[in-house]
Amino acid sequence: MDTNVILLLLLVPLLGSLVNIFFGKKLGNGSGIIATLAVLISFIVTVVAFVQVNGTKTPIQGNLFEWIAVEKFSISFGFLLDQLSLLWLLFVTGIGTLIHLYSTSYMKGDENYGKYFGYLNLFIFFMIILVAGSNLLITFIGWEGVGLCSYLLIGFWHKNQDYNDAAKKAFIMNRIGDLGFLIGVFILAFLFHSLDYMTIKTALMSGTNHQINTWIGCAALAIFIGAIGKSAQIPLYTWLPDAMAGPTPVSALIHAATMVTAGIFLITRLNFVFDLAPLVQDTIAIVGAFTALFAASIGLVQNDIKKVLAYSTVSQLGLMFMAIGFGAYEVAVFHVITHAFFKACLFLGSGSVIHAMGGEQDMRRMGGLDKYMKVTYITFLIATAAISGFPFLSGFFSKDEILMVAFEHNKALYIIGSIASIMTAFYMFRLVFLTFKKGFRGTQEQKNHLHESPISMTLPLIVLAVLSIFGGLISWPGSSWLNQYLQPVIVKSAANHPHALGFEAYMLMGVATVGFLIGLIWAFRKYIQKAQVPQEDDKITGFHKVLYNKYYIDEIYDKLFVKPIYIIATFFRDVVEVALSGAVFGLGKIADELSLQGKKAQNGNIGLYLFAFVFGICLLLYYLFIAR
Amino acid sequence: MENVIEIIGIDKYIYLSIILFCIGVFGILYRRNAIVMFMCIEIMLNSANMLLVAFSTFHQDAEGQVFVFFTMAVAAAEVAVGLAILVTIYRNIGSIDIDKLKNLKG
Repeated sequence: MDTNVILLLLLVPLLGSLVNIFFGKKLGNGSGIIATLAVLISFIVTVVAFVQVNGTKTPIQGNLFEWIAVEKFSISFGFLLDQLSLLWLLFVTGIGTLIHLYSTSYMKGDENYGKYFGYLNLFIFFMIILVAGSNLLITFIGWEGVGLCSYLLIGFWHKNQDYNDAAKKAFIMNRIGDLGFLIGVFILAFLFHSLDYMTIKTALMSGTNHQINTWIGCAALAIFIGAIGKSAQIPLYTWLPDAMAGPTPVSALIHAATMVTAGIFLITRLNFVFDLAPLVQDTIAIVGAFTALFAASIGLVQNDIKKVLAYSTVSQLGLMFMAIGFGAYEVAVFHVITHAFFKACLFLGSGSVIHAMGGEQDMRRMGGLDKYMKVTYITFLIATAAISGFPFLSGFFSKDEILMVAFEHNKALYIIGSIASIMTAFYMFRLVFLTFKKGFRGTQEQKNHLHESPISMTLPLIVLAVLSIFGGLISWPGSSWLNQYLQPVIVKSAANHPHALGFEAYMLMGVATVGFLIGLIWAFRKYIQKAQVPQEDDKITGFHKVLYNKYYIDEIYDKLFVKPIYIIATFFRDVVEVALSGAVFGLGKIADELSLQGKKAQNGNIGLYLFAFVFGICLLLYYLFIAR
Repeated sequence: MENVIEIIGIDKYIYLSIILFCIGVFGILYRRNAIVMFMCIEIMLNSANMLLVAFSTFHQDAEGQVFVFFTMAVAAAEVAVGLAILVTIYRNIGSIDIDKLKNLKG
């Protein structure tokens, strides 16, 4: 029974993907429906499994077959549906279904409609493998698979070379992180002779081998590097903003809600390893906090609607990493879930806007859209309020918990996180005001084209907006269902030592609300009262310009890494390869020349052949009977 | 009845067969007429046959003579094929001078 559940969960999206890739052209509009149904089935299976596990408190396990078996070391192709993976599966397949539904309208008329859904289903398949794998190697398959799908979907409109470059950038950046992940896997395999999560956990919990702590630290650091790549943290974050080249639903699904949270998932999955590496945890917290601030500050001045959301995603992921660094895994998971709701809603909303604007993404050409797109405007506003921390919406609770944890552990990082939150409130409302308020600034042609999106696009928006409002209920401060639920998975669970909400907690909530108001009012004064519109690219000066150009990080990376690698590559091409191929071709030339000369002996003169024949026999006879 | 070998001596047979063989070889090398070359090959073959027969008698062993019979049978077949080829060549190019047969040039 258990194996059947897992197989059904896995194979339905894979089947949908294969059908769409091979028969997508023939199916036409049917391919979108098939893909959506495939993910919906996975979602239903997940819900059934979730209800079962939530009732019995025992994870569903299933080994499909023995995969690699050598002496003392074996890896089975097994899957583990425990509390953590089911939680992830719920929102991966749930939001996945909504985004598939949304895509059926958004991608309508695209020449590669079937292929798009094929890739999207393939992504869901790999994401399920990543989340449900019972050992690190299975997770790694999923990890690489989602990277591949991300690459394919970023470069989906492959006729634009910039998009192809963005896809390659994402893939290569991820490869750097993947190498770290792989090294971590090797170290863990070396230490425990197993990659199974349960086995490693048991080995560590028995607590007999404290002398290997250095190695554990190395493994944790390596895996954290993998998480940095996938979850777009400093210094490997630059691929995520560029990844916005893909279709907007892809950005919502892969680059906001699911794939980029894989790093958080992995660290939470291996929380028992990270607990033993306090130095690595500190690093995670610092990297997370700085990423949150850094990305938020870039987000302040971006004018591309999707770029703002991309930097916002990086910033929010930074906050999650900060929570993980403090060992508050439940809080990070909580923020992952609420973030998945409101960020998916924001991306889908921006997709709706871009759809209405006929592909325009620059906020300077928008404005006043609230009159034309009521549903999009209201859902977008709700999600914005949620991400900015409007009291009692989902984002308020999750972000507040992160800041509360930070306040307990490290005041400096708390301040950084708070500043990032104020910035978040500012740039999100800036986005809303510039897009939906004041007069329309685009062309007359665009104005005539403005329309609300069809029901299949607004329905996911409404569902996600509702989830953004009520998502916070799963971890109500003081009596958190989520903490209780995750208790079996997380070793140092917060549920083990609950503490009542004191004065401090209420004070922090108040501070967070004030921060939210500061950001809101700041944006309101600037873009509603003064009705400012961001300047054109060539008029931007000073620090604003530095921010607008993303601190020139791309340029610095270009100078620091890309150019030297090009120089090395050019050296190898012009010197080493020329020398090597010269040697190889030289040998070939010699053989060629010899054969040309030898060819002349074959002149077709039978008399000569006969003479050579007799002469040869004479030589042989001479050698055999006389010379020897 | 006296043995032929005892009257003449085995060494004479060997010399004769060497001479015949060399005549064949030089004929092959110097003549350009394909039929003559063909005859030279036959001379070489028969010199070897003669040597076989001579030694067979010398050793009082019939095996060599049986062997010669087989050789002759095969040679006869080979002559039939060879002459057929020569006739075809003559029909095609009107000559059997091997200097004109240079189509196998590499």
